[in-house]
Order: sequence, then structure tokens, then C-alpha cells
Amino acid sequence: MTNWNINLTQGVTPVSHDIYDLHMTIFWICVAIAIIVFGVMFYAIIHHRKSKGAKSAHFHENLWVELTWSIIPFIILTLMAIPATKVLLHMRNTEHSDLTVKITGFQWKWQYEYLDNGIKFFSNNNTPFDQIYNKSPKTADYLRVVDKPLVLPIHKKIRFLVTSNDAIHSWWVPDLGTKQDAIPGYINETWTRINKPGTYHGQCAELCGMNHAYMPIVVIAMAEKDYEAWVIQQKTGIIPSTPAVAPVKTTAPTAAPPAPAQKMTKEQLMPLGEKTFNGICAVCHQQTGEGMPPTYPALKGSKIATGQLPQHINRVLFGKMGTAMQSFKDQLSDEELAAVITYERNAWGNNTGDVVQPDDIKAAKAKGPLPE
Amino acid sequence: MNIKRWLFTTNHKDIGTLYLILSGTMFFIGGMLAMLIRLELFHPGLQYFQPNTYNQMITIHGLLMIFGAIMPAFVGLANWMIPLMIGAPDMALPRLNNWSFWILPFAFSILLSTFFMAGEAPNFGWTMYAPLSTQFGPPSTDFLIVAIHLLGISSIMGAINIIATILNLRTPGMTLMKMPLFVWSWLITAFLLILAMPILAGVVTMMLFDRHFGTSFFTAAGGGDPVMFQHLFWFFGHPEVYIMILPGFGIISEIIPTFSRKKLFGYTFMVIAIASIAFLSFIVWAHHMFTTGINVYAQIVFMYTTMLIAVPTGIKVFNWVATMFRGSMTFETPMLFALAFVCLFTIGGFSGLMLAIVPADYQYQDTYFVVAHFHYVLVTGALFTIIAGVYYWLPKWTGHYYNETLGQWHFWLTAIAVNLTFFPMHFLGLAGMPRRIPDYALQFTAFNEIATIGAFILGAAQLIFLYNIIMTIRGGKHASAKVWESSHGLEWTVPSPAPHHTFQT
Ligand SMILES: [Cu+2]
Repeated sequence: MTNWNINLTQGVTPVSHDIYDLHMTIFWICVAIAIIVFGVMFYAIIHHRKSKGAKSAHFHENLWVELTWSIIPFIILTLMAIPATKVLLHMRNTEHSDLTVKITGFQWKWQYEYLDNGIKFFSNNNTPFDQIYNKSPKTADYLRVVDKPLVLPIHKKIRFLVTSNDAIHSWWVPDLGTKQDAIPGYINETWTRINKPGTYHGQCAELCGMNHAYMPIVVIAMAEKDYEAWVIQQKTGIIPSTPAVAPVKTTAPTAAPPAPAQKMTKEQLMPLGEKTFNGICAVCHQQTGEGMPPTYPALKGSKIATGQLPQHINRVLFGKMGTAMQSFKDQLSDEELAAVITYERNAWGNNTGDVVQPDDIKAAKAKGPLPE
Repeated sequence: MNIKRWLFTTNHKDIGTLYLILSGTMFFIGGMLAMLIRLELFHPGLQYFQPNTYNQMITIHGLLMIFGAIMPAFVGLANWMIPLMIGAPDMALPRLNNWSFWILPFAFSILLSTFFMAGEAPNFGWTMYAPLSTQFGPPSTDFLIVAIHLLGISSIMGAINIIATILNLRTPGMTLMKMPLFVWSWLITAFLLILAMPILAGVVTMMLFDRHFGTSFFTAAGGGDPVMFQHLFWFFGHPEVYIMILPGFGIISEIIPTFSRKKLFGYTFMVIAIASIAFLSFIVWAHHMFTTGINVYAQIVFMYTTMLIAVPTGIKVFNWVATMFRGSMTFETPMLFALAFVCLFTIGGFSGLMLAIVPADYQYQDTYFVVAHFHYVLVTGALFTIIAGVYYWLPKWTGHYYNETLGQWHFWLTAIAVNLTFFPMHFLGLAGMPRRIPDYALQFTAFNEIATIGAFILGAAQLIFLYNIIMTIRGGKHASAKVWESSHGLEWTVPSPAPHHTFQT
């Protein structure tokens, strides 16, 4: 099962095919030049050696020879530049798209927003910590799974608007032939048209901080009617009859039916809080709550996590400007937010005894951010 | 040994030696980091280092190898050899020369001390992209900025000195077009340094201002642009790439004629080629930024200028091969490294040409294909020329021949290991592995294992090099003034070891 793949993927889009063809053309040109140059060089090394009695010749310049080997490479390069320019102009043309998806890079997850139908969700790395830290065997899909993949229809021109919330990321799926840097404060455009249904993998390509390696991308491409069914399911929570492809498991708050307000016990909150913390928060603050100061502060014994409760809720809901601490009010459900804050206030010896209810979160959201 | 002699020396040979010792030290520290990086990458999963530590190691590895190993080595060789080659008694500005060197140990102490600071060392890669370095960088980033300023000052002063020496102190009768190619390559490199280093100083100062003084050069929210950082950085960074290779071209152009027993083919074209590469190096910078969303017509122009560099580079390779052709070759260690350089640097050139093709670059950018490319250019390129130069001139410096058997062992182990280490990285990149990750999907395991094994052999082989140098300094077969059967040039007219003062008027 060892993988010895040595070449670029041909991919599943017209652009990825064009790129593959260019890649192979320039590769074979290089091979041809290499054979000639190294051929002459090794011929000289073998035949023109002193140990074989070779006497050195006296020539040391020849204008015509030198002009020739300046001009021939120039001609080869010009011939290469023509198809490269054509493909480039085609792949940079984002006009006449059928569908637009906005992709936002976060430290360290992706957010997808379908601008045409309002679907919006985060896509997190779904490989458990135990596998990353070698405590349990790695499954074949190690670092290749997310909790919620990007779902796209085939045979449609899909325009991507790519941006970032913090550092620069780069959204890259080799099979799509698409790589686009996500620049905070700017929006880049790119596009794709997928020919074949399937699941395609990629990951963040630009160093974006500590967990840059843990930003996988999964794209599921499906026939248009299956895609339409998926859209309806996302918006209503109802799975239309006879879906051709198994529906994507959804845990996103946007799709969850509104839960009746109810009191949760600490015994209910703590396990949910631990799960949420380890899945979302531990990438920075660590499972031990000790963080990585000064960039990622400790929560264990911290001023926020053991101090006044409203300040703590405020920080989790609205984040802190100019730091990696994001606003989580739209990333997690009220239940998860209540649970994770309860967990943070009682784990690692923080023992405040505080219990936060989903209603407290609702109230804090309604009130808006506290003054600094 | 008198410490003051080394502290206050203004002698070009002493200072050359100091530069080379510093370079060797940084090379081994940077190499140690490289092996720790490869150790972590031996298997998927986090084995020995946390991701943040890993990011620190790649950052410092890059900075040390570029600014600590390669650049000081070339300056050391320039100090030793340029006055000898042009018949000058010393460098033109000896006191400046002393200062240029002695800034460096302080700069690198500051850089390395960041590992022990709160928040630890810079962790955003040697390219220091904003806003990762400005908004999210650790406190030690400010120390990195200070260190870079010191390195820049040192480089600029060194470059001024080299230009002043070459233009003013040539022996009567040595016109510019009679200078050895090593001298030519350094003259052009020195101009590149003077033009490029101030840009780096400017960009790190802007970083410092964004970090502490409320400016937002690189933040959209304040009217700045993170991509502007990349434009400025690579306006320095691409000439920097040629700063690290042009002197190497010069060394190879000395060694190949000596061991081919034949005059260098096409001297004039070689000089023109170096000058054209230097000029082009200032108008290709955006090829490092093809996926940042820059305008499509800018992409096209930068693709063409980048491809154009292949023409003068090709001329150089063709001329080296033409020099060997119908020569009378022998294969001492310097020649072996020079021949390996011609082959392997050319492979690095080919991958560079592939990277220039913008549509294909969308797949290659930020992958191990790029890592493979620049290690072929900088390890089998720049580093091999330095090693070749050290073997070539060591008898002149010490008065002893190095141990040829050990030299051959060093060469063959290095040549095999370097390919074992870096060739599989082409495959990893093409198969989809991004650079700068401490952990990877299972499909990348096999080639990472091979690369790690190669890296450890490569590291171990350099100990042979170190041992050989030390033993040569201590003793060995006595070398004549000419050292090599067919060596040409003024440096081979002074006795070996070269006396403390040469060509005095
Ligand atoms: Cu990222």
C-alpha cells in the first residue's frame, strides 16, 4: 500500500488537464536538453581524460557557436511561452460563472459560503489528536478528512472568492488545478469546472502559523440533481427522497433545528464541552489548557477562565481584535458554547463551579460585545 | 594564540579565514537543524517536535544557511582570493573589512538567542511574510529584525570593499577583461548586494513599525497590503538568489579549466552572461508570487523575464562543457565537485524553468517541488561550488595538500546522499505535499523516509570534510606554488602557504 506516485495529477477539470499537458511538455523539453548537454559532457569525461593520453586542444572561443547556443534556447522558450500564455489567460477568466462560493481561511479551518443560496459553514480537520500524537493507529484517511466537506455540482463553472480572516492561507486542490492565496483584507478570484463526480483532497499550501499542516480540504463533486438535493437538505434539514449520494453528515448550527430552551446539567455540559474544546480550541490552547504563551495564552488558572463569567463569555463569543482569538458566536451552537465555557471554567483545576446555560449565551449574544 | 590578533586584524587573509570559520560553524548548526527537521518528517504524525517548534526550526535553518553559511563563505573566499588574483597587497578598506566581519558573530548570537526567549524563536519561515510575522509573530521577531539589520550593514560594507578593491587595486596591465572570472563574478555580485540589501533593511523596518508603532503598511484594515510585503521582500529576495550563485559560477570557471588543462571557453560571453543574469534578477521577483492574485498581464511579463534567464544560464553551462571538450581531464576532488555542480545545478535550472510556466506554477507553488528546486540550486549549486573552492585553494592557504582519498570519499558520499535527500522531494511536491508542514498524509510516507535517510548520510559525510580540513591545516604533503599541474593566475605565483603579506609595493 506504499504510495510511489511520482507525477502531477491530471486532475478532473479542463484547467488541470491543460496544466498537466504544459507540465509534461516542458518536462520533456528539459529531458531532451539534458540528454544533449550531459551526453556531450560525459563523452568528454570518458574520452578526453589525461589517463587515456588525451592532449588538450587549444580552441577557446567561437562567436558563431556561442550565438547559436544563445539563439536556439531563445526559440525553444518562445515556443513554450505561447501555449503557457493561452492556458493562463483561460484560467484567469472568471466571467460567466454559474455559482459562486466564498472561501475564507481561518487559523486553522476553512469557511465556505455559497453566495447564491446562503449556505455557510466551517470545515474543520477531522483527524483525531490521538492519531496525530501516535496514540492510536493512523487510518488511511489520516489528515485527509474534514467534518464538513465542500459540496459542488459537476459541469458548472464555479467561481471562488478567496480571502482570509487572519494570516495568509492558500486554498489548493490538485485535482481541480486550483490554488489561490487567501489574503486578509483582499478577495482573490478563481474558478473551476469539475468533469467527474468524486471526492477530491487538498490542503492549505501557505504557511499560516502553528497548525498549517492541519487544514485539509475535501471537495465532493456530484451530479447537479444530487447537488440540488443537498442544497435543500442544508436549508431545511429535510433529506429529499432517494438521494443518489449519501447525505453529508451535518453538525453545523445553521442546519440544526432550533432546540427548545432547556436547562442542561453540569453532567451534560462537561462531556460536550470537552469534545468541543478538544475539537476546536485545543489546536491553540492545547488539551492541557496550558496554551503556548505568549501567542496562545493558557486557560488553566487564567484571569479570563477563572475570573468574571461575563468577560469569559464575551471573549469566546466575540474574540479579541488583533490576536488569533476568533469570534465563535457563529461557529458553534449555543449549547456547544455554553458547554465549552463551562468546561473551561471547571477543567484543569479551574474549579470555579460555574455552570453556563444556552440561555446565558443567547442573552450575551443579544446584548452584544462588552466594552473593552 | 593571540586573541587580539584576530580581533583587530586588518589582513585580508586573516579576515578571509575568520569568515570561513564562521560560515563552517553556521553550516553545521544549520545542518543540525536540517537533520532535526528530517527526523520529524521521517514518519507521519508528530514524533519529536510540536508544530510551533518545527516552524521555528525551518525558519532558523533557512536564515542560517543563507545568511550564515553560504554568503559568509563566498565573502571569505573573496577576501582570501581576490587580492591574490589581482595582485593587490590587501583589500582597499582593511579596517572596514575588520568591522564587516566582526558584526556577524553578534548578529548570529542575537539570531540564535531567540530560541531561548519567551515565546521562542521566529516561526514564520525565512520569508517572514506579513501578517504572520507582524500580527502573529513572537516577541523575538524584533531581535530577528535587529539581526537582519546587522547582516545587511555587514554585507553592504563588504560589497563596497570588494568593489573598491577590484576597481582600484588591480596590478598594472590587468584590464577588466583580463580579470579572472571569480573576480568578475564577485564584482557583479557586490553591485547586487548594494542594490538589494537596502530593500531588505527597508522591509524589515516596515515590519518593525507595523508591529510597534501603529503603521499598517501590510494590513488592509489600515490601508496597507500584505502582498506589498511580498513584492518588497522578493525585490530583495530574487537578486539574493543570484548573490548566492554568481560567485559560485566564478569558482567553477576557475576549476574546470585547471583540471581540463584547457583555457576557459568563451570568456567574453561568460562575463556578459553573468552581467545579464544580474540585470534580469531585478525584473523577475513576482515569479515567487504567481498565486497571490497579481494581475494576469503582470504574470505574463514575469513569466517571460523568468524564462529569459535560462538563456544566459544555458550559455554558462554550454561553455563549461565546451571547456572540458577535447581537454585533458583529471578528477581531483575540486573537479569532481565542479562536475557534479554542472550536472545537478542544471537539474535545478530545469525545475526553475518549469516553475516559470505560470499555469504549472499554480500546481508547484508552495510544494516540495519548490523545496527540491531551491535545494538543487543552493546545495548542489552554491554549496558544491564552495566545497570545490575550498579543496581547490586549501593547498594555497595551508601549504599542504588535503588527503585525496578522504576527499573522494567525501565527494561520492555527498553526491549520492544529496540526490537521495532532494530528488524524491520533486515527487512529493508533484504528488501534492505542501512545504513547511511537520506532519503529512500517509501517501507521502515512502519518499519522506528516503529523504530522511539521505539527509543523515549527507550530514555525516560533511564530518569527513571537516576532519580533512583540520588534518590539512595540521600537516600533509607539501604543496608547491603552482599547486595544480595546469593552474593559471597570479594566486599561483606566490608560495604555498601564501605568506601573510603578498604583492607589497
Ligand atoms: Cu492555512
